[in-house]
Amino acid sequence: MGIDFIIAAIITVVGLTTPILLAGLGELVVEKSGVLNLGVEGMMLVGAISGFAVTVYTFNPWFGVLGAAAGGALASLLFAVLVLQLNSNQVATGLALTIFGTGISSLMGLSFTGRIVMPFASVFPDALAKHEYLRLIFGYSPIVYFALIMVPLTTWFLKSTRAGLILRAVGENDLSAHSIGYSVIKVRYAAIAFGGAMAGIGGCYFSMVITPMWAEKMTAGRGWIALALVVFAGWRTGRLLTGAYFFGILMALELYAKASGFSFLPSQFWAAMPYAMTVVALSFISSRGTAGANAPACLGKPFLPST
Amino acid sequence: MASPARLELSGITKRFPGVLANDAVGFAVKPGEIHALLGENGAGKSTLVKMIYGIMQPDAGEIRWNGQRISVANPKAARKLGIGMVFQHFSLFEAMTVLENIALGMDAKIPARDLESRILAVMGQYGLKLEPHRIVSTLSVGERQRIEIVRALLLNPKLLIMDEPTSVLTPQEVDQLFTVLRKLAQEGCSILYISHKLNEIKALCDTATILRGGKLVDTCDPAVETSRSMAEKMIGGSLKDISRAAGRSFGAAKLAVKALSLPADGPFGTALRDISFTVRAGEIFGVAGVAGNGQNALLLALSGEATNANPASVTVDGVDVGHLQARARRGHGVASVPEERNGHAAVPIFTLADNAVLTARDRLGMVRAGLIDTKAARTYAGEVIEAFSVKATGPSAMAESLSGGNLQKYIMGREILQKPQVLVVSQPTWGVDAGAAAAIHQALVDLAATGSAIVVISQDLDELLSLCDTLAVINGGRLSPPMAVAEAKIDEIGLLMGGIHGEVAHAH
Repeated sequence: MGIDFIIAAIITVVGLTTPILLAGLGELVVEKSGVLNLGVEGMMLVGAISGFAVTVYTFNPWFGVLGAAAGGALASLLFAVLVLQLNSNQVATGLALTIFGTGISSLMGLSFTGRIVMPFASVFPDALAKHEYLRLIFGYSPIVYFALIMVPLTTWFLKSTRAGLILRAVGENDLSAHSIGYSVIKVRYAAIAFGGAMAGIGGCYFSMVITPMWAEKMTAGRGWIALALVVFAGWRTGRLLTGAYFFGILMALELYAKASGFSFLPSQFWAAMPYAMTVVALSFISSRGTAGANAPACLGKPFLPST
Repeated sequence: MASPARLELSGITKRFPGVLANDAVGFAVKPGEIHALLGENGAGKSTLVKMIYGIMQPDAGEIRWNGQRISVANPKAARKLGIGMVFQHFSLFEAMTVLENIALGMDAKIPARDLESRILAVMGQYGLKLEPHRIVSTLSVGERQRIEIVRALLLNPKLLIMDEPTSVLTPQEVDQLFTVLRKLAQEGCSILYISHKLNEIKALCDTATILRGGKLVDTCDPAVETSRSMAEKMIGGSLKDISRAAGRSFGAAKLAVKALSLPADGPFGTALRDISFTVRAGEIFGVAGVAGNGQNALLLALSGEATNANPASVTVDGVDVGHLQARARRGHGVASVPEERNGHAAVPIFTLADNAVLTARDRLGMVRAGLIDTKAARTYAGEVIEAFSVKATGPSAMAESLSGGNLQKYIMGREILQKPQVLVVSQPTWGVDAGAAAAIHQALVDLAATGSAIVVISQDLDELLSLCDTLAVINGGRLSPPMAVAEAKIDEIGLLMGGIHGEVAHAH
């Protein structure tokens, strides 16, 4: 096992981590505003096909990423209208969004199946991006850097800006925020749309960077892992980054177990690991006490102001 | 020409479906005046101030501010005018710091550091003690109220609305609050003070406006009125005193609690620590204390919703029941009424008859061979409605269709008519008007006279002093030694209530 192998392994882990990191950051902001959107998987798929389609037509992956963000946000707004305006149950509506997103992305993708685009490659000169060692730092798609920049940005937004303070207040006690004079509904719309856009960008990483082509259900359950990640991280951005890499390593183990057969356990065991960890993390949702007091107090509750 | 009133209302009318909440109400508040707004629950006080603060809009009438006719579109507009409000139910964010909570209440964007120095300045000026970086969930109710007050004062209000500010405070905290309010009034800030505590209004306010059923009854000078005369204006009739037989004696110990401890329920709960007391037959035992000091845990431990590994921790007539669940304890004659009416004491979407089955099924034989005896349930519910003059359409009325006070009367009646050996009630008259409260108090006294032991947990010290024979104070999950009410001193009770939060040292 040489240095090449280690570099390749790290690059694999970064690639696997990026989509769940993006979607997880988005969902963290959504949940901090008091909304539980279980439709991450659906929004990622819509983002994947939107980004791919826009790239096919414009030949410009940058527009593709914008298209993916727009697609994910649009899908999330459907959820937002139902949940915020009509007070539908957030869990059921989120699940419906995943089913809807899976279906609509397959439909939209019919005419794109089998087509390929130029992968959204590094913006750095080849001397850096393809360098034997430096590719460890410069060899990624711009989406990877975007995801990494978004971690401190989101932390800063939530902790140090007034808008972030209001967002947390809305998630902590929606009725109080309302009585002080903040628009709970507007804040939640914005948060949900941001979550949708981030999930969309996370989704397009599959169709524009990893493969790069469109295939049905290509996100393969990563949306659920992103959801689990938020709980796993205790709604803290720093831990979300750590958690995302932890899941990324688990997923990479599966690939390497399959490819090199180094493991005495069947590769299916490694394939199941991230999902098993997802189940473990999601079980924390039902036991708030262990998930830490950092969980937004209004998470998943509809906003029903008295007259 | 005299300067115009700070705030003048005339002909304010607000209608809700089926109710006229405010009917042509008008009064004026002068600069620097402390003006009481007095009335029972449902008299329309809250609706009126919500219109002043811009949360609701009046259907008719006009609001004048320093002589200018205005309309207050929303709370933000009210704050811009110089109207501040401290709500009865605090609009605070538990998991955030004091500083963050105050920042959320500010309309202007102020950098955190400047805000902190301004907060410290206001706190120093008015003697309000708070630590800006504490998390709210760790603070006492009095400290939480101070956050709201600081938040309002930072806006330099010309009118401060206080909605029942003292209902959750210890007597010492009330004194501190009054000092702040008097200082504010001296500086020219008008205060609109909503309350139904008449002795406080006599002590604090310059003028009192009394509302009843949405109408203005009187504007009077509390200094010349007596508490009784204002109370009678409030309820529109004469007040009944609790009547009880003189020279009563208590029987043998009925309910005995020995070294009862219970771990805290969740991160914000309070653990019970080594609680012991005895209630004799015919005795009414009061538990005073500021909210959140273990009252809920105590009720659950006595009712059986929380069981104890040690059976002897709770005994009824000498029988160990500490390990028994609520239903089994009911079999031993223990009935209870929790604080939360909807969802704990009653199921909102059940009929009154079905709600009767939930607690009376065993004692009154409402279930036979697993089937509900609907007729027995309806008859019993009818009896309760009749005996406690509950305003409801009948046993088939949904619990949620009753007003808070009427539902409370029904729930109290449902337990009392089962003639329990031991009755444990929490906040028996919370949100209940004075007439209904008197009826509930009388029913408790009558039940005690038949030889039952009664435990009343309440935050209303006046209620406990007038109702109970014996009183103890709960603080931080510990119960003080019991004292006979006839010999109890308010100061001493107040100090016990304030116990853990270190308020005692700077109370004068």
